[in-house]
Amino acid sequence: MKAWPALISGVLFGLGLTLSGMSDPAKVLGFLNITGAWIPDLIFVMGGAVVVTLLITPLVTAREAPLVASAFSLPGKQLLDRRLIGGAVLFGIGWGLSGYCPGPALVSLLYGYESTLVFCLAMFAGMALEGRLSSWFASS
Amino acid sequence: MNAYLLPLTGGVLLGLSAMWLLLSLGRVAGISGIAWGSLAGPERGWRWLFLLGLLLGGLLTHNIIGQPVPDESAAPLWLIATSGLLVGLGTRMGGGCTSGHGVCGLGRRSPRSMVATLTFMTLGVITVFIMQSFMGVAA
Repeated sequence: MKAWPALISGVLFGLGLTLSGMSDPAKVLGFLNITGAWIPDLIFVMGGAVVVTLLITPLVTAREAPLVASAFSLPGKQLLDRRLIGGAVLFGIGWGLSGYCPGPALVSLLYGYESTLVFCLAMFAGMALEGRLSSWFASS
Repeated sequence: MNAYLLPLTGGVLLGLSAMWLLLSLGRVAGISGIAWGSLAGPERGWRWLFLLGLLLGGLLTHNIIGQPVPDESAAPLWLIATSGLLVGLGTRMGGGCTSGHGVCGLGRRSPRSMVATLTFMTLGVITVFIMQSFMGVAA
């Protein structure tokens, strides 16, 4: 599979995260702090992004195939389950503790801060742990 | 300049990035999935290129456009590590994060993504509220 389009997509994503202020954990926490000194910036970030995806996604998925791959790889699951809700609960708590979610944390590795490195290492450890826990629960 | 022009521009760029990845490779721009897949998945090539691009985009913003680099988080490292662990666990368990469920999933009108997004936003708000109210951690 040709992979080069992913580079363009990554550059746009990195630009978007840093220009918008998403890579500043203080701004993210300020947005989540609705009962305090609320910072509304992220409404505009999420709003701008979602308007674009809402308008364009149907046009793209109406095609038979993507430009340089043989088929679309979209999540097929439709049902709500405990894993989805439980995962979103844990993620939301983690996000609220630091103000970092995966994209901003990864791009912030550029800044050379100890805290972003610790966050990213812990995040990968958490992802690896999830795989272990899932297979343990499945086998017991 | 309007204070919300940059957040809005950044948001539109995030949306366009996701739409280009969908149009070209037929993939969802979910960062937690791309990050984990770059280490553990098959087809690692495009995921590494995406992550390389992510860093290049950040360099463009701060080194070429000249936007100042944000300050480091003031939170203690044990809290940062706990946060990272929960984010890693939760995003893999729930099958996505702010980008996969939030930006891409809402665009696909996926009920799972709507529920996930509402859930993690709500828990984020509650967590910040508790940290502020009972532990005196300033955001």
